[in-house]
Amino acid sequence: MFRFLERAENTARLIEAGFRIALTRSSDAESEWQSVIITSAVQPQYDARYDGYDSTRVTDFLLRDPDNPGSVLSVMKMARDNARLVRTALTTEVWSAVNETWMLFCDLLREPVPETELPHVLATIRQQSALVRGALHGTMLRNDIFDFCRLGTFIERTDSTARIIDVKYYALLPAPTFVGSRIDNVQWETLLRSVSGHRSFRWAEDGEFNAPNIARFLILDRRMPRSLSFSVAQIVDNLSYIAEEYGTRMPCHDLADDLRARLKDRDIASIFEEGLHEFISSILQDTARLGLQIEEDYRFNR
Amino acid sequence: MNTPGQFFDEMRDGAQARTPYSDYEAWFAQQNTDRLARKSQEAEAFFRRTGITFNVYGASDAEERLIPFDLVPRILSSREWTKLSRGIDQRVCAINAFLNDIYNRQEILRAGIIPVDLISRNEAFLPQMMDFSPPGEVYTHIVGTDIVRTGENDFYVLEDNARTPSGVSYMLENRETMLQMFPELFSRIRVQRVSDYPKNLRRSLESSAPASCNGRPCVVVLTPGIHNSAYFEHSFLADQMGVELVEGHDLRVVDGHIAMRTTKGYKVIDVIYRRVDDEFLDPLTFNPTSMLGVPGIMDVYRAGNITIANAPGTGVADDKAIYSYMPDIIEFYTGEKAILKNVQTFRCSEPGALRYVLDNLADLVVKEVHGSGGYGMLVGPAASRKELADFADKLRARPGNYIAQPTLSLSTCPIFTGADLAPRHVDLRPFALVSPSGVNITPGGLTRVALTEGSLVVNSSQGGGTKDTWVLED
Repeated sequence: MFRFLERAENTARLIEAGFRIALTRSSDAESEWQSVIITSAVQPQYDARYDGYDSTRVTDFLLRDPDNPGSVLSVMKMARDNARLVRTALTTEVWSAVNETWMLFCDLLREPVPETELPHVLATIRQQSALVRGALHGTMLRNDIFDFCRLGTFIERTDSTARIIDVKYYALLPAPTFVGSRIDNVQWETLLRSVSGHRSFRWAEDGEFNAPNIARFLILDRRMPRSLSFSVAQIVDNLSYIAEEYGTRMPCHDLADDLRARLKDRDIASIFEEGLHEFISSILQDTARLGLQIEEDYRFNR
Repeated sequence: MNTPGQFFDEMRDGAQARTPYSDYEAWFAQQNTDRLARKSQEAEAFFRRTGITFNVYGASDAEERLIPFDLVPRILSSREWTKLSRGIDQRVCAINAFLNDIYNRQEILRAGIIPVDLISRNEAFLPQMMDFSPPGEVYTHIVGTDIVRTGENDFYVLEDNARTPSGVSYMLENRETMLQMFPELFSRIRVQRVSDYPKNLRRSLESSAPASCNGRPCVVVLTPGIHNSAYFEHSFLADQMGVELVEGHDLRVVDGHIAMRTTKGYKVIDVIYRRVDDEFLDPLTFNPTSMLGVPGIMDVYRAGNITIANAPGTGVADDKAIYSYMPDIIEFYTGEKAILKNVQTFRCSEPGALRYVLDNLADLVVKEVHGSGGYGMLVGPAASRKELADFADKLRARPGNYIAQPTLSLSTCPIFTGADLAPRHVDLRPFALVSPSGVNITPGGLTRVALTEGSLVVNSSQGGGTKDTWVLED
């Protein structure tokens, strides 16, 4: 359920970044919307339906389309269905926050969202996510249920950040050192905005805009709440609380530790050496495998 | 008073929209005024929530006020902008050359182009800056040139704000507000970006760091504190650049450098973007009662261990009496004619000019030489007979304190009144960044608008508002 909620929020961030780039950088709109679709991992479904990428069709597909299993409306419906299934495991505040969010989204997304209303709609999606998260943190017992909620959040977040990097990894390759390696890459702004990190990046240790710094920030920075390193550390922590409470380690614990080991004490140069694309692809695979293993180990599959 | 039609309107030429406004006008024609009125309220709520407020000195009631924001953008074509930005570039280069000269060899005085008196008796001239060049020989790192328009191709520079120009946060937030409120406009009409300003500002400041600085320069913004009228802007710029916002008491001299107090001890800083006036910068050198500055900073500065942006003493270049010599200054240092025109200026210190000003007071605008913010000025055509007589007495008593200019027929741009569009007078303040690696001018700037019908005073402290300023892409 929290995987779905995280997904809805990430999709909103992604659209927001794409929308802004389309409005402020004239020439890049179409390719920008295309990468938004690729990043959301729904390109085949999209291409089957539409020809060409523009803001109206892309945002409609990602926000409302019932045939797109990843649309905000679809994932919110699943989140709410899940919440009803486990209604007794949730506090009243968490349940009503989820239910209210779902009702609000149904209302908000009943009709196609006109461009004029898009900023408002996206802001509402983010605010509602914050509301659910706040209810979770403020009211839930810190038991295994809470840990599983957090686990879902961070599996999804790892996946989402890795995808964002994967689609634009070429913009993060270190520039040849001969001339003008300080030239801005248009993609950097999108990358940072997609994870709502454009402000925190400036505050991070050495906020200088260049490829290795941005790559390190997104992959390795433990202070950045949407970085791979942060999200994976959270997965490991939450899994270990579960192991502690249940008294047994499962195969997923080893997978998570392996994933963590690939990010711990690394520097960005060694990742570039390994190949950024290869590195990110393998993180994506390992995260997917970990997700499945958790489902199996804790019998989430019916 | 002036009747409509007498002024150059930037949106409409008769019944027709001027080319830069044609797409906007087409959009506007389809809008429902109720929706626009609602948007206008939303904008105000947005400014409140974000805390974009300012304080008015001498106002006892509401402490924090909003600058009224008008939702009709001011639009310039890319051709118009190219000319403006070339003119500004030329002007800021000349101002820097002028300051470097005035504080070193004073060739321009030797050549007799500017009277020596104007410098030696100028309060903004700082003898402490003599025979010293700041890092990279840059004096004015940030300049906000006030420009007015009177016709299709007639742009005039009204003031060169070379001390600590403010308003850039409104340029940025006005655009953010417009992007939030009217995204559909930006997908129809291609507008050049302003959002790189904070990044460019940081880069520009970093590349102005002292030569002795190793590694990445540490930049801070120095504010007088939360009671300053522009405090929002200080905190906003520090946040947007990702640098610390400090007050004087956070800084001290440590081993010949300026260092700031942090939770991990004192940290050496290399560049101070200061929003504190010269006079308060160093109690050991200037005003001894100042609590806002850093004792000893001028010694560190002269030893070449800190960059102060803008340099102390730059006020001598934006003095209104010096202003009247600007075309000569530009020609002296660049060898070119000034691209942007100066407003005809009468120096009341000259007896002939004083006589003319007294005879024609009702048609002129008279300003204090060192004044700013629209205070202490007389707008002849709007003044009562008694006000004119009182001002004439002041002029006779201290003629050297005043300059006079003809009332310009400032261009108008429409504002949204809640029901309709109505023309109001506007000016423009673009922002230029200067560093050893060059001049960078953000396309657009801050448009200030006089909200009262017929008024020519656009200052926010006197009831002016602001608009988003668009420079169209080619």
